[in-house]
Amino acid sequence: MANKGAKGSGLSFRLWLSLPGWARSIINNKKALTGILILAFFFLVALLAPLLAPTAPQRMVGRPHDPPSEQYAFGTTRQGQDVYAQMVYGAGGSLRVGFITGTVIIVIAVAIGITAGFVGGATDEALSLIANIFLVVAGLPLIIVVASMIERPGPDTIIIVLSLTSWAWGARVLRSQTLSLRNSEFVEAARVSGEPTWRIIVVEILPNMTSLVVSAWIGAVLYAILAQAGLEFIGLGDPNSVTWGTILYWAQNNQALLTGAWWTFVPPGLAIAAVGLSLTLINYGIDEITNPRLSSS
Amino acid sequence: MTAAIGKPSADKPTDTPGFFAKLLDGLYAIFTSRFLRRRFLFYLIAAFAAITLNFIIPRLMPGDPVQLLFARFQGKLDPRAFEAIKAQFGFVDGPLIEQYLLYLRSIITLDFGPSIMGFPVPVSQVIGGSLRWTLILAGIASVLSFLIGTFLGVLAAWRRGGRIDNVLLPIASVFGAFPYFFVALLAVYIFGFQLDIFPTSHAYDTAIRQDWRSTEFLWSVVYHMILPLFTIILTATGGWMLGMRNNMIGVLSQDYIVMAEAKGLADRRIMLMYAARNAILPSLTAFAMSFGFIIAGLLLTEIVFSYPGMGYTFLLAINARDYPLIQGIYLMITAAVLLANFIADMSYVLLDPRAR
Repeated sequence: MANKGAKGSGLSFRLWLSLPGWARSIINNKKALTGILILAFFFLVALLAPLLAPTAPQRMVGRPHDPPSEQYAFGTTRQGQDVYAQMVYGAGGSLRVGFITGTVIIVIAVAIGITAGFVGGATDEALSLIANIFLVVAGLPLIIVVASMIERPGPDTIIIVLSLTSWAWGARVLRSQTLSLRNSEFVEAARVSGEPTWRIIVVEILPNMTSLVVSAWIGAVLYAILAQAGLEFIGLGDPNSVTWGTILYWAQNNQALLTGAWWTFVPPGLAIAAVGLSLTLINYGIDEITNPRLSSS
Repeated sequence: MTAAIGKPSADKPTDTPGFFAKLLDGLYAIFTSRFLRRRFLFYLIAAFAAITLNFIIPRLMPGDPVQLLFARFQGKLDPRAFEAIKAQFGFVDGPLIEQYLLYLRSIITLDFGPSIMGFPVPVSQVIGGSLRWTLILAGIASVLSFLIGTFLGVLAAWRRGGRIDNVLLPIASVFGAFPYFFVALLAVYIFGFQLDIFPTSHAYDTAIRQDWRSTEFLWSVVYHMILPLFTIILTATGGWMLGMRNNMIGVLSQDYIVMAEAKGLADRRIMLMYAARNAILPSLTAFAMSFGFIIAGLLLTEIVFSYPGMGYTFLLAINARDYPLIQGIYLMITAAVLLANFIADMSYVLLDPRAR
């Protein structure tokens, strides 16, 4: 594969060589790189929010439903808050819930999936049954039921509820991969040479499904961000917290569609879509890197 | 002359198995499949799990579950009726197992108690009115997006690097990353409020009498359905397309495809009968699993369109904290998802002889 880094000067070539292999293949993959850059942009916005926003997100600064102007680039909400400031602060709220939830989901999925696949027997039967049941009975409706019974569910309760109900898909995928790795020769060799079970799992099996774990993790983050936005949109979040989902909730509640205040719902929607797109692109990239036949060129 | 025309058609059924023979074959396969029997058992267990979750969740919440679930009933009811409703949900002074059995009996007889917001209308009646709209919308949307996406995926894989692969697939994938309800918001805003081409709420024109035999009413139903359908298909197609394309690429490198080409079979026949028929199997499994996601997306879409299905009713129930209705809707959605899964399993048996 031709690499762009090699065309540069001697220094950048040496830098290129010092990168680990996976980093090089990601930089070489257009889709993955685009996704990472978009995501990095939003992370930067979230980190620098206090510097980027001219005012606190909840402060009333202007007239209600002012269209975008020089003073307020994204206009104002019905309450006269600066939409731009809300967007900038909202990035942190949405990304934080998405990434923490996605990470918790994948930790549960790895633990259950690998245990089921590696231990096998009755343990596997039981864990697989539970995972399959969660796949068909859980999802957004169950999350809504749980969230509706919590008084004022904030971001942290959303993290807990989403994590406990959404690990099944990842567990299923990782279980089947573990099953096929378990019978491979290098695992057999490790077992014969007397490696303890935990070491076989951590040193032999896990590193061989890194790409699968990473893509399941990214899928889980995407799911969490969309689910959070959906929950908050229907009013099952803390309406006083500032996230992209609650901006959409207030836009809908303030009849933004009817009054034509498009600037209150287009920016948060597009931001969620852009983060979603970046995660999808990264996953497509990982797919293409691990299975080069899929790439369209 | 007439005899000459009549003869070949009379012979036809003996040459190839007729439609009815095939149908009987398929039905026989469905009834005798061990795979389907196992799946059916699994769905029973899953339904049981959903019902049990519904029983456990309020009891796991901090605070008094009776207070949580029925606070809004108090004052609306005389104390004796209130006690009866509590008993229906298993809230009696007895051991947990007794509470559970009481609750099970109500659920199995589809008796979810009265709805709080529509009191004293029973929950089952409120759900019955909205279920049909969601099922129609979800059924058409999931089948259409699956068929369109899968077919485009076949074409994208067949002509690698062609226009469908290089232009349509990326566009569909971009929309796939959009949250359903945001696309719905945009659609309502642009086509409903700004351009005024499509209605912005309801499932039919409320000025027309609801009569399923009148064409005027049916047309109004179709007209109200176009925009919600469009938003779901727009966001759901990309995933199917990419999935099918990647399955096809795997299948196309198999030996039997090379063999079919070597035999000189027509391209179309290889593409559809040899490659696509095998590549679609993983997609079918995914289709069954995705029905839940489609329903979830649909719930939010309905809310944006004020479409009187389960999602919109769900929102009203949440805002009123109408727990009997919330739980009833949850159980009905789960039942619909399980049923859809079972239907997908049956079509799997028909398409893949190995599952028979």
